[in-house]
Amino acid sequence: MSKSSRKWLVPLMLAIALAFSGCNSNLPSADSSTFSGSIKIVGSNTVTPLSSVWAENFMKANPKVSIAVSGPGSGVGIASLIDGITDICQSSRLITTKEIEQAKAKGVNPYEVQVASDALSVIVNLSNPVSELTIEQLSAIYTGKITNWKELGGIDAPIVAMARDTNSGTHVFFKEHVVQMYGLPTADKTLEYGNKVLFLPSTEEGVSQVANNPNAIFYAGLGYVTDKVKTIAVKRTAGDPAVRPSVDSALDGTYSISRPLVYYTNGAPTGVIKAYIDYCLSEEGQKVVLEAGFVPLTKRR
Amino acid sequence: MAMLQRQITAAVKVSETRLRQRLRLGERVIEGWIFLAGLLAIVVLLGIIFILFKEGLPIFAYTSPWEFLFGTEWCPVSDPPTFGIAPFFVSTLMITLIATVIAVPVGVACAAYLSEVAPKRVAEAIKPIVEILAGIPSVMMGFIGLALLSPLVQSAFKLNTGLCGLTAAIMLALMSLPIIVSVSEDALHAVPREFKEASYALGATKWETIWHVCIPSALSGIAAAILLGVGRAIGETMTVLMVAGGALAVPVSPTDPMTTMTAAIASGIGNAVRGGLQYQALFAVGLILFALTLTVNISAERVLERQKRKFTR
Repeated sequence: MSKSSRKWLVPLMLAIALAFSGCNSNLPSADSSTFSGSIKIVGSNTVTPLSSVWAENFMKANPKVSIAVSGPGSGVGIASLIDGITDICQSSRLITTKEIEQAKAKGVNPYEVQVASDALSVIVNLSNPVSELTIEQLSAIYTGKITNWKELGGIDAPIVAMARDTNSGTHVFFKEHVVQMYGLPTADKTLEYGNKVLFLPSTEEGVSQVANNPNAIFYAGLGYVTDKVKTIAVKRTAGDPAVRPSVDSALDGTYSISRPLVYYTNGAPTGVIKAYIDYCLSEEGQKVVLEAGFVPLTKRR
Repeated sequence: MAMLQRQITAAVKVSETRLRQRLRLGERVIEGWIFLAGLLAIVVLLGIIFILFKEGLPIFAYTSPWEFLFGTEWCPVSDPPTFGIAPFFVSTLMITLIATVIAVPVGVACAAYLSEVAPKRVAEAIKPIVEILAGIPSVMMGFIGLALLSPLVQSAFKLNTGLCGLTAAIMLALMSLPIIVSVSEDALHAVPREFKEASYALGATKWETIWHVCIPSALSGIAAAILLGVGRAIGETMTVLMVAGGALAVPVSPTDPMTTMTAAIASGIGNAVRGGLQYQALFAVGLILFALTLTVNISAERVLERQKRKFTR
């Protein structure tokens, strides 16, 4: 073989290999180890720890795939999906009709897959004697109607209410389901977060603030709860039983503020993105959900 | 012989003109480059101004400028959204003011010490250290504020939370200190020696000389230093985002949690869909912020210019 033809050999083989792997990834029956490409996942801060483990496992099984996960907030993820700068948007809230309209206007067709659930946990400092609250009381705390722990059976100290900023899907979910008391007889869609509420740029910051501040209250996905903070048992109304957030109470539906964690793609996923989402939904993927402290789609034990 | 000499001189002359021509060409190319570089800076600046106006102005079709500036409700994700930036405006002014009040006496005193009192070796050791302070990334300062300063402020003032305007202002004071120190030190250094010598000759002490001669003579330079420090404090984002608390109320006291204009932009721009109302509103906030820092920086430039003219005779 002459030197000049050898020079062409390697790129040619690479091209053939690439072409074949490209074909394979479109076949549903393809061997999973032949996937290649890169996936960008942007969105929820809550879902980030889960997506990171999934991405790591998937990349280990498919060395040619690279997945980048970032979690500035569900709103950022949805905006990125609409602007066409991410492959998958991870979200801790459902997309709004207004956002779907905006997406359609830009030629993007959001496709929704629920990948897990989360029990949104309300947390306080370990020294706080208050251990159960109704949704109405939580709403009163976050709208600024109740400002002292004394009114809730605690010590005489002001309440420091903390929330995530508007980038967060948790911010929106909590506003709709707790502040505005969605689905309760006392529901009021005009309620907003009070203007004394501290809006924090990340969930981690809020959890560490609560761990150090005896008067603080914050909310976080179940996966972020550590043993340095106390979870509040939530009552739907004063007459209902108080339920602590946990995998079990979210699965059997007794915990009232659990929510879906979803992936959005532009149109039904194909190729390597489909393979990744299929992995997330598989039995193995759902085991990761449980390990990360979230709630799997169905009970598999 | 004479002919040879003439030939040599002619040859030298020719090579000389060639060299000069070549030099002139090289110079022209360099001149062109420098001109382009200068032009580029202007084009970029104009581009930024243009984009700020283009993206920000349409919001005033939704909210009147009056409501935008003086409205106290900021609910960008509500339906319908309201955009009132008074809380951010007041927070920015309050935090900047406090940061300046803290940083100026310390900064000017430090500059006076470095230029008039400190032995040369000490001054040479301290100046680079102060300048290193300017190089600490703002996210690190935010981290220090979060972990060290905010618990301190909380217990010192018996607050509900250490995440408040005061904590942010102290961190910003630390961050604008290097600029204030180095620019005022230069200004104090530029005070002619005769002034000081005259003062000492009249029997003034060192303190009297600094207070009555050096600082008044360098006042315009010090004023410029302060304005540059203020400009830094207004525009700082990451630190205030992390430690100022992020409440949306119009702050009444410095110990209230608050959101500055920069923090509002940083925490909101991510989920704003390009061209949407929130996007436009945040660009309008940016426009106001830009106008504010531009005014401060231009005045600083003016004052500095006056100082220079004062001592060049």
